[in-house]
Parts: sequence; C-alpha cells; structure tokens
Amino acid sequence: MDITKLTAVQTGRLIKDRELSVEECVNACMDSIEKQDGNYNCFVTLDREGALKQAKEVQMKIDANELTSPLAGVPCAIKDNMCTANLLTTCSSKILSNFVPTYTATAVEKLQDVGAVILGKTNMDEFAMGSTTETSYYGITKNPWDVTRVPGGSSGGSAAAVAACEIPFALGSDTGGSIRQPAAFCGVTGIKPTYGRVSRYGLIAYGSSLDQIGPLAKDVTDCAAVLEAICGHDKKDSTSAAGLDTDFMSALKDDVKGMKIGVPRDYFLSGIDEDVKKHVLAAAKTLEEKGAVVEEFDLGMVEYAIPAYYIIASAEASSNLERFDGVKYGYRTQSFTDLHNMYKKTRSEGFGPEVKRRIMLGSFVLSSGYFDAYYVKALKVKALIKQAFDRAFEKYDVILGPVAPTTALTIGESLSDPIKMYLGDVYTVSVNLSGLPGISLPCGYDSKGLPVGLQLLGKAFDEKSVLRAAYSFECAFAAERRLPNE
Amino acid sequence: MSKNYETVIGLEVHVELATKTKIFCGCSTAFGGAPNTHTCPVCTGMPGSLPVLNKGVVEKALSVGLATNCKIIQNCKFDRKNYFYPDNPQNYQISQLYYPICRDGKVEIEVNGNKKYVRIHEIHMEEDAGKLVHDPFTDSSLVDFNRSGVPLIEIVSEPDMRSADEVIAYLETLRETIQYLGASDCKLNEGSMRADVNLSVREAGSEEFGTRTETKNLNSFRAIARAIENETARQIDILESGGKVLQETRRWDDTKEYSYPMRSKEDAQDYRYFPDPDLPPLVISDEWLAEIRNAQPEFREAKKIRYKEEYDIPDYDIDIITGSKKMADLFEDTIRLGAAPKKVSNWLMVETMRLMKETNTDADHLTFSAENLAKLISLVEKKTINGTVAKEVFEIIFRENIDPEQYVEEKGLKTVTDTGALNQVIQKVIADNQKSVSDYLGGKEKAIGALVGQTMKAMQGKADPAEVNRIIKEELEKLRDQ
Amino acid sequence: MVITDEIIDYVGILAKLELSEEEKAQAKKDMSDMLDYVEKLNELDTEEVPAMSHTFPLSNVFREDAVTNGDDRENLLKNAPEEKDGCYVVPKTFD
Repeated sequence: MDITKLTAVQTGRLIKDRELSVEECVNACMDSIEKQDGNYNCFVTLDREGALKQAKEVQMKIDANELTSPLAGVPCAIKDNMCTANLLTTCSSKILSNFVPTYTATAVEKLQDVGAVILGKTNMDEFAMGSTTETSYYGITKNPWDVTRVPGGSSGGSAAAVAACEIPFALGSDTGGSIRQPAAFCGVTGIKPTYGRVSRYGLIAYGSSLDQIGPLAKDVTDCAAVLEAICGHDKKDSTSAAGLDTDFMSALKDDVKGMKIGVPRDYFLSGIDEDVKKHVLAAAKTLEEKGAVVEEFDLGMVEYAIPAYYIIASAEASSNLERFDGVKYGYRTQSFTDLHNMYKKTRSEGFGPEVKRRIMLGSFVLSSGYFDAYYVKALKVKALIKQAFDRAFEKYDVILGPVAPTTALTIGESLSDPIKMYLGDVYTVSVNLSGLPGISLPCGYDSKGLPVGLQLLGKAFDEKSVLRAAYSFECAFAAERRLPNE
Repeated sequence: MSKNYETVIGLEVHVELATKTKIFCGCSTAFGGAPNTHTCPVCTGMPGSLPVLNKGVVEKALSVGLATNCKIIQNCKFDRKNYFYPDNPQNYQISQLYYPICRDGKVEIEVNGNKKYVRIHEIHMEEDAGKLVHDPFTDSSLVDFNRSGVPLIEIVSEPDMRSADEVIAYLETLRETIQYLGASDCKLNEGSMRADVNLSVREAGSEEFGTRTETKNLNSFRAIARAIENETARQIDILESGGKVLQETRRWDDTKEYSYPMRSKEDAQDYRYFPDPDLPPLVISDEWLAEIRNAQPEFREAKKIRYKEEYDIPDYDIDIITGSKKMADLFEDTIRLGAAPKKVSNWLMVETMRLMKETNTDADHLTFSAENLAKLISLVEKKTINGTVAKEVFEIIFRENIDPEQYVEEKGLKTVTDTGALNQVIQKVIADNQKSVSDYLGGKEKAIGALVGQTMKAMQGKADPAEVNRIIKEELEKLRDQ
Repeated sequence: MVITDEIIDYVGILAKLELSEEEKAQAKKDMSDMLDYVEKLNELDTEEVPAMSHTFPLSNVFREDAVTNGDDRENLLKNAPEEKDGCYVVPKTFD
C-alpha cells in the first residue's frame, strides 16, 4: 500500500483501525517530500523532529481512545502565513525570515486538538499577494502536473504538496481566490469558507475583510472533515461567527435532486479558454442529469469585481503590513542613519516587488484627496456585487462556474504584466468581496492534460449545499479523476 | 501692539479610562510594571493578532458622553489611523473618525462669576501608545508597550474658549465630571488626562478664525496657561510683522517655557483613516443607553442641593467637600457609618484641610478610609479619648490610615475614667498650687484653668478636660465652704 | 491618471518605502496602469449606494473587562532585532 496515495480520511480510518501507525504515516509523507520537493519546492520549513514527537503523543492518545476525529494522526501542512508557536513563520517574505511566533493560529490549534500532525509550512506568494507562487522569497513552487508551469497561488505550496502526494491535506488561505485557483491548477479540492466561518486569529493578514482559512485536499470528503475541525467561533477573532451548524460530513450525499443550480451566462462571454468552458459546462450537464435544476442566468457586475477587489485588498494590505518595520520582530536593515531611514531601508529590502506594488497602490488610494474617489467607491461597488449575489441566491441554491479562465500558466508568463495576472482572478474575487463560501474541484483535463477546476458557490454559511453538489459531481467524475504523472 | 487681538482656543483632551484591562486585549492597565510586562501579541502588534473590544470602555465612554450632554451615535465604528512611530506597534492606531461614539455636547463653565457653555464637537474612543525613553548609553530609544492599548477617550471641544482661565475652568469641569463618574482619575501629571491646545488669534470683533496651531505635551494647568500665553504672543508677533501663521503641531518644552514645531519631512500628517475591518460596528440600543443613564452618579450640583437640605452644613463647607469626588465620597461614607454630618464636615474642613496643606496633598490623593474617620468620631463621642488626643490620632490616620480603636488601645491613650486615680491627682495639684486656689477663692474664677492644665499634664492628657474641670470646681467649692 | 515623481515620493513617505530610480519608473507605470484600469468603476452610478465595509451583519462583539494575560515579555522579546533592559531598541526619537 502506498500511504501517500490515500486521502486524509482514508488515512485516519486505517490509523483508527490500527492498520497504520501515526509514525508510519508521518515517515511516508516525509519520505515523499524528501524525494520530490527538490523538484516542486512546496515547503519553506519542514519539521521532521517535531512531527515525530507529535506523532508519538497523538498515537498514545489514539491508543487511549482519547482522539476520535477522522483526522486523528493524519499528517498535514500549513501555509506559511499562519502562526505556529516555536516554528518559523515567514509569509514567504524576507522580512519575516527569522520570525518564530509565540503562539499558534486558532485554526491550526484546532487541527492539533483533533490529532492532525503538522509536518511543515508551505510556500506561497509573498504575504499571499499573487496568483502563481512566483513571488515567494524562497523560490518558485512548481506545478506537479508540469514543472514548467505555476501551481497557482497564493496557496501554491499547499496545493502542489497535496497534488504531488507529499501530504494528504494542507491549510491554505483565500483572499481573492488563493485556495480555489491553486486547487484548480493542481487538480485538487479546496474550500474557501464563508467569511467568519474559520477564525482568522494567527493568520497574518493580507486583506482582513476578505481573508479566510480553508482546506486543500484530495477530495470533497477530506475538505468537509478538515473544515469541520477548524471552523467555529473564536473569542479572539471579533469577526468569527457563533452558533452555526458545522456537521459538514453529514452533507456528503450523492443526491442533487431538485437542487437549483444557476450558471452565470456572463462568466463565459470572453477571455475564457474553450477547454475550460467545455469542461465546466459539461459539469453543469452532469449535475442536471443527476436531477439538479440547472439554469443559465445573468449575474451582473462581473467586470467590476477585479478593480473593486484590488483597491480594497491593497488598501487593507498597506495598513496590515505597516507593522513590519524592523522594531519588534523580523528583518532589520544592517545600517541606517535614523529612525525613518531604518523603516524605509528595512521595508524596501524586506519586501519583494509585488508586495511593494500593492502597498504603494493601497497607501495611495487611502491618501488624502483620493480616499473617496477610490476606496469609498470600491466599498460601494462591493455592496452592489453583494446585492447581485443576493439576488441570484433568491433563485438558486448553488452557483456553478469556472475557477479561473485558464489552466495553469507557464512560469514567468504573468509576472511581467500585473494587470493580466489580476484578470485571472475574475471568477474568484467577487466571492471574497461578498463573503460567500466556494469550493474548487477538478472537473476535467485540457488538451495539454492539465486539470480544469469547477467552482461551486453557496449562500453565506451554507457550505453544506456546496459540499453536497460538489460531492455528487465528484462521484460522477470519479472514473476520470487522475493524479499528476498518471 | 497696534491692534486688539482675541485668542480663540479649542481643546483636545485625552482621558485614560479606568478599566482593569486594555481596550483590545486582556492585559492589565496597572501602572508601574517593569517594561513590557503588561503586553501580549495584540498590544505589541504581533503578526496575526486581532483586537477584541473591551465592553467596559464603551460603557465608560457612554457615561462621559451622557454627562457632557452629548448626542450618542448609536451606530458607531472604529477606524485605523495610519502613521509610523515606534510607540505605535502596528503603525496604525485604532481610533474613531467617521462615526465617533458621541457628538454635539456641551459643558457649563464659570470664570469670575460669569457662566458660559463650551461646546463639545465629539468624543471618540481610541488606544494609547507605548512609552519611549531615551537611552543615553546607546543614544537610542527604548520602547515599552505597557501603555500601548490602554483605553482613551478624546474629547474634542469647539473653539469656544477665549482665555487660559476659561481653558482651565473647562478642564476642571471635565475632570470633576469624569472623576464623579469613576471613568478616570484624570491626573494631568501622571498623564491620565492630557490636553492639546488648538489656538489661533484674530482681531477683536472679527468673525473669521485665524490659522490655528496645535500645542502638545502639556502636563499641568500651569504649563497650559504658560503655553497659551506664549503661543498667543508668538502668533500676534507674526501677524504684527506681516507674517502668516503656519498650521502646524508644536511641542511644549516646560523647562524652557517655549514650543517648537514637531513636523518633519517624514511626517506627512496624512493618516489614511479607513474603517478597521477587524472590528464589527457597535450598535448602542436604547435599552443599553437607558441602563447607563440610570447608573449615572449624582453630580456636584445635585449634591450641593442635597447636602444643604439633608445635612444643614455651611455653603462654604459644601463647596469644598463636593469639589472632589473623593472628598464627597469620604463625607457620605463616614455619615453612612453613623457619624454626625456636622462632625464629619468639621474633621474634613479643619484637620484634613490643615494636613493637606501641610503635606501638599490634593483631595484626590487622600488615603484614609471613612471607616477609620467614623471610628475616631465615635471614640470622641463616647469620650473614650478627648479632643486633643483625637487630633493627634487623626494625624496618624491621615498619614497611615491606621485603625484608631486599635491605636488608642495599644498606645494607652484612653481617657482615664477611674475617678479614684483622678481624684488623687487633683488632690495633689490643689495641695501643690495654693496660689491658684486662693486666687480662685478670692474671686478670680479663671485661675481654675491653671489647675486643670496641671491635672491634664499629670494625667498625660488622658483625661476628659470637662470632667477634670467639674471635679476641681467641686473640690474648690468644698474648700470655700470649710 | 498620470503618476508624477512627487506622488511616488509622497506615497513612499506614507508607506515607508524607498524605491530605486528603476523601481520608481516601474512603480509610476504600474500605479498609473492600475488606476486607469480601476477607472472602470466610474461607469457605475453609486450615488445612492452605502459604502459596505463588513459583509455580514455582526455587531457588538465584546470581551469582559477582566485581566486574562500574564507576563509574556521574555517570549515576545525573543523576536526583537535589538533588545535592552526588557525594551525594544529603536534609533533615537528625541533630539
């Protein structure tokens, strides 16, 4: 048996049944990482020693029947923008190249509580700013389907590690598509939960009103299991929601009879690859054949999401990243003449070009004289985008569409033209602006053999409908499902 | 000076709220800890940390807003004020700009018998910054975040004041009101109340405002008065010489009695305020407001009227006692423990005031308890000690807040009630002071004083002088009869 | 929108970023392109639309006023680039 080919829930089941030990699973993943990660560069930090220590403790608790979660003993990886106590947390930036947090992010702590074992921290676009994982200070992550291509981003390390069977599942974060798009590019499954579903405490903020932590995994079942483990109200995060039903595993039914699914006509008008369009529309057909009521409709506001998103996200980022100043933690420049010179040199040397680009843009749109024209305008457009979704969800249970207009791009293709890179986020950013849940899962392979992602969106806090539709599609698609290099 | 000028002053008053914990984290606000020992990931701006609002801060801000006749903004929000400075760990301060918690208030002030209103533009909640200390050994600055995140309210007045006297009257009114609320101790010298002065001058009679400056770092009423005088003169000088006043922020140097501009080219003063996405808005319901309103304490004016009716003590005493919440509380608590209002008032007005003057203590720093004052009054009432002893004991209570019952017992200060012992001493005093005796019997009634004094001295003060007087008189009359 | 050197320098002061001449030229182009692109939002009439900062109706999230944190100085200071006497050290802020 190749342990690394198992899903997280399968792994957990075998550990529970004493077919596998936690240590065996940890070692299998570590070996897989050591064998492959030189090619893919999914990890910034590996913690074999810590993982083996955790494995021992978790095994004892499992043996004592103290841990019953489907994830007990299952190895996992964490995107490097979530704080992990005593474990380097860099945000893939030079400015945090030596930062060892004193505390652990709530979502990560919840995973540890159910017995998941953390093997390391995954690579990402610096401060989650990017859609390709090319902006990392620690090198580009490569797509396991084709190493000349990007894995998507910003959670590219997490997605690629799952695709390459280095790890059964990983946590990512999604501010404008950063879970869903790399999941699509790497042929894995990822959920961006409703804003407020998962605590952001300990997630190093990019766009605070948009950021959500979520799972990247091999299938829908794993995503449901991980989401169930990490969700819930956290008194340390004022924007986390309380008292909502969270038994996501119960939503995994191969049954969409009568489910109303809307397909936005305006998602398919221009700029989308024919292959992507074909597979996504075929997925809609599949669900219709299973009994869903599928209907095309005009969502509206589609072309305004990217400009609104980049104004809001950059503005929040410019403020969120002010704390990186060489005073309390992280990198400080070697020589300086005075305080402000120290700030400027530290930040200019510590941040990469894409981060600086967004900080400059964000500082500008908030500055005196421009605030109303740009920032307030964007918040108003955000309200209109939310209204468009609200109207759609009066009619539909789930909205179906592509994750990205293309499959994985070649390395270097989008870095030279930022706006072109931003345009790739057309189907994902509006979901963050509206705070809605969305899942990304494979629905086909293009002519180059690269995976195509399907996106299913739901009403706020209705992850269950999204999971049910996704699970049903996954059942129908099982025969066609591939791994890289297969 | 060729023209007549008028000074126009508005104040930005920062008040540290007396909550147990900081505004956005569970760290203590206690003074005096070693540097950075009251800090956590939130108030040191660690990556990934998030703020959670302290409910007590909102309640205290609301109570101040209601007491200053403000309109409460029932849907208010927090905004981020972005600027880089090392005492500000996130390099943004969480404050309120667009929807502050209170607006449009007013307080009445009185200067030389003239009353007027100073309008309040707004009151908003925000977090305090840390402390920077210069380290001469390394010629660098040391940052202590213990004060970082301590809750503040900023009370912004309209430019309604015209003199330093009005400014000080306004500050005293605010301080008294806030102290009565228990929302802050409002100590200027310790920084729990800080005032920035916005000042401009204009020709008398003009309707237009001049260009204003903001002066910071004013740590006493005296500094405020001096800074106002200084800045008024500076601006008039500029105008008189045909110059223009620059709109700028200035820092007051109290030792040099001079202010200088704070702005540098690295300080653009463009704070890029925007709503803080980490903090959901506040919705202050009518019910919540009613609760706060019902819990408001009795303020000075109401107390004055009630004291007059209930306690029948002189207006002058009432004015002094209600001048400080601390003193008024002491007064009322001591009465509640059974002491007669007039007696309590006497102790506060005479001995307390004398000792405050002697020790240079203001009313807010009184440390003795109502319990101990009540016990002392009761000891005198019951004639367990006499007035002279009581004054001595009070001095110890004033300084060390000792329990007078225990103290009197331990030090053996009780009045001797054993008449046998007292009679013996009196017999001896009469025998030893025949001159005084014959003077008395000869009609000089005052001569008895010397005998009483001798007796008290022999008794080491531990006798009731009235009782001594009575017995001596009795004895002397016996002699007359013989 | 044309982004001038002055704007780039001004934003550099706000954001505490010091760009090389080459970076400045790039930043001018990037910012200008981006601002032209977001002009698209002006196609929408938003006069009557309220600005929305939070997407879901959450309000009044509080903690009670009780001390929950102890002294974590030693741990927190471990990350400081420079430390002295329990304080973070920065270039002098006083003249």
